[in-house]
Amino acid sequence: MLYTLNINGHSRSVEAEPATPLLWVIRDELNLTGTKFGCGVAACGACTVHFNGTPIRSCSFPVDGAADNEITTIEGLRGQVAEAVQQAWREKDVVQCGYCQSGQIMSAVGLLSSNPSPSDSDIDGAMAGNACRCATYVRIRDAIKLASKKLEV
Amino acid sequence: MAMQLSRRDFLKSTAAGAAVLVVGMNSKGVLAAGKAETVVNPFVRIHQDGIVTVIAKHFEMGQGTTTGLTTLVAEELDADWRTIKVEFAPADPEKYKNLFWGSQGTGGSTAIANSFMQYREAGTAARELLVNAAANKWGVDAADIAVSNGILTAGTKQGHFGDFIEQAMALTPSEKPTLKSHDQFKLIGKLDLPRKDSQSKTDGSAMFAMDIKIPGMVYAVIQRSPRFGGVVTSFDTSEAKKVAGFVDAKALPNKAGVVVFAKNTWSAFQARNAIQTEWDYSAAESRSIADMTASHRELTRSPEFDTGKVSRVQAQTSISGAAQIVDAEFVFPFLSHAPLEPLNCVIEPTENGVKFHDGCQSPSLVQGAVGHVLGLQPEQIEINTVYAGGSFGRRATPIADYQVEAALAFVLLGEKTPVKLVWSREDDIRGGYYRAMAVHTANIGLDGGGKILGWDHRIATKSIMKGTPFENFAVHNGVDNSSVEGVADTLYNLPNMAVGLSDFKSAIPVLWWRSVGHTHTAYAMESLLDMIAHETGQDPIEMRLGLLDRADDKQRRMAGVIEAARDLSGWQKKDKRGFAAHFSFNTWVAVVADITVNGQQVHVDKLHIAVDCGVAVNPDVIRAQMEGGAGYGLGAVLRNEITFEDGEVVQSNFPDYPPLRITDMPEVEVAIVASAEAPSGVGEPAVPPAGPAVANAIFAVTGQRITQLPMSKSGFQFV
Repeated sequence: MLYTLNINGHSRSVEAEPATPLLWVIRDELNLTGTKFGCGVAACGACTVHFNGTPIRSCSFPVDGAADNEITTIEGLRGQVAEAVQQAWREKDVVQCGYCQSGQIMSAVGLLSSNPSPSDSDIDGAMAGNACRCATYVRIRDAIKLASKKLEV
Repeated sequence: MAMQLSRRDFLKSTAAGAAVLVVGMNSKGVLAAGKAETVVNPFVRIHQDGIVTVIAKHFEMGQGTTTGLTTLVAEELDADWRTIKVEFAPADPEKYKNLFWGSQGTGGSTAIANSFMQYREAGTAARELLVNAAANKWGVDAADIAVSNGILTAGTKQGHFGDFIEQAMALTPSEKPTLKSHDQFKLIGKLDLPRKDSQSKTDGSAMFAMDIKIPGMVYAVIQRSPRFGGVVTSFDTSEAKKVAGFVDAKALPNKAGVVVFAKNTWSAFQARNAIQTEWDYSAAESRSIADMTASHRELTRSPEFDTGKVSRVQAQTSISGAAQIVDAEFVFPFLSHAPLEPLNCVIEPTENGVKFHDGCQSPSLVQGAVGHVLGLQPEQIEINTVYAGGSFGRRATPIADYQVEAALAFVLLGEKTPVKLVWSREDDIRGGYYRAMAVHTANIGLDGGGKILGWDHRIATKSIMKGTPFENFAVHNGVDNSSVEGVADTLYNLPNMAVGLSDFKSAIPVLWWRSVGHTHTAYAMESLLDMIAHETGQDPIEMRLGLLDRADDKQRRMAGVIEAARDLSGWQKKDKRGFAAHFSFNTWVAVVADITVNGQQVHVDKLHIAVDCGVAVNPDVIRAQMEGGAGYGLGAVLRNEITFEDGEVVQSNFPDYPPLRITDMPEVEVAIVASAEAPSGVGEPAVPPAGPAVANAIFAVTGQRITQLPMSKSGFQFV
């Protein structure tokens, strides 16, 4: 089937089977490779994108449900919250292998967009679905708090 | 992405005739400078615009090596940290070998240790050439030229590196240019030096092999035998043919599986699910985990091999009159590495052979193994190394398993089409190359005063090294050192200690897993020492210090980290906390663990970690590796195990092989012991002591000793 997707503010046409996960359309067809494949069963969060501003796991979201909605990937992140998060991630040098970090950042931007001053348990709630095998969690937490501080100013 | 751009920029600039100074070794192995073709193994390249590029001979799996190697060059060159770039070296062991191994590869926490002098020398050679070139051009004395942040200055004269390239190319570096003394370091040891890979890994542009796409590329996945050692007898593709994008399916030449080709990753997974395959299990592993555990236990009763320090008879004799006996058995499960980027690589034809795009941990192993399969010489196999989404040891196997699979798939498709071989997470969890299961049994005799009289220690595990090209140097008198390291070579003075080993035999493939044998030996040793301390009413830290002789350099440094962790954590006698320390990969790490227990619910609150790794090249990377290493070790001991039912792996993905989550992660405080000794590694050594520190804390608080991993099997919930 031919789908017209609104990705990162652009309209993109793709041919795909309706049940194809959005992840594989984004990666293999649209060549936006910042969104990662980690588990395929919504258990690691590496594939997190925004669906009308809300984080979803694109590996378990059929392309059929994505048409006519705003999809944002790491490549399309813009705005104050995204800048604060990405800047905080760099200042804290969060990354190690880096493979999960697009997903971590998408979840963190989602959290801070709706809750600019999250508590530790808010952070737990928003980030527990994003696995990092390098265990950069100490810095992920610190970076979210730093981004929150940046947003206060 | 950044690296590919820089390579393109380089080609563009050389094509335009722009000068590029290259510094490294010439064919005689001495420092040389000139154009790319006159310096055979460049470590430093300087463009006419003054931008410096470091060529990293080690891959980046997150351990910080690209930052570390760049630091070594930038330090001696006085380059500008903000603009200096790094890219991965091509596969060429002669030029880019790991100096500890003689082949090209990364592992064993050796990257900075083996490169420390080599990369600094390349940096200082480049600096000397540029300074001499500037001295000639300006007509001033070289001694009057200062270099800082990539800018040369003499009085009112000023220029950047690129301004002196033409003149520098004509000069010959000294054979041994002068290195900075440690007190002159500005970047080495700097607390807040930003990582080189932060930008591209936070904007989605960092390239991993999974992100490589080549025109005409076909995607391949493999249906592997559900039991290790099974072979394909027949397969039916009639349902797969109905999957859109399906291309073809063919059995691997050794019948270990069926390769499924498709036009994209999702189609390949779907088509594979639709293929019905019959397997011959006559040579396959068909046991269940209970049988395997029983077999390991049986094997510890009478060890096949003796590590030789003290005979078992002597150990038993020393124990026979003991006032007190400490007896324990530890059971460690198989573990999967589970790097977040599932294994994958791309292979494409070249004029001369093939080219891989791979988060390649060991170019030498890939060139050897793939060359054997394809009938190519090593130099006919090019490797474009890209970022690896974690490895923890998994990306380097002695037989280059997944790269060979890609090569075989490439052959099955006619050797003209680029192929991307992809593993799913299920393939990763079920596909082997595990940390080997292990059982330890120990009998320790103590006198009335709590002094150790004898120690009879037996280990049963599958050998990693036997049957591989590493057998010659890793196996002695039947003992695979990687099965007993951390026990047989303990730094503690333990009298009359015998260490025996038996090999478990199975078709289950096993592999080094971040910190290798220390993954289980540290847990057993540090639990046993804690048991002795508690049984005899001694403080666990004081008792350990009493087992170390400071006249011995290694034992002195062990005592140093133990005291550093004690002081960092404010440890007091009778504290309900856990302690463990371990020496591995020439690095000493000690950990104090704080936990909260509520009924059966346990939360690990904080780890206080002290590390001695010699000169701290990048203190923040060291901290990151202590945090990450401890987290990796903790995740495994809390919940992870690979088990078998009739030879089939029970687990399949993260829901039943749960990774450590942010909710599990303790606070981590790190103290780096000041040292002027040569730097050692930090990627692995934080893994071993983290688990036993937590186990010892659980004992201190609850009185329950956990001797079977994962800990979640002992009735505790980790919250």
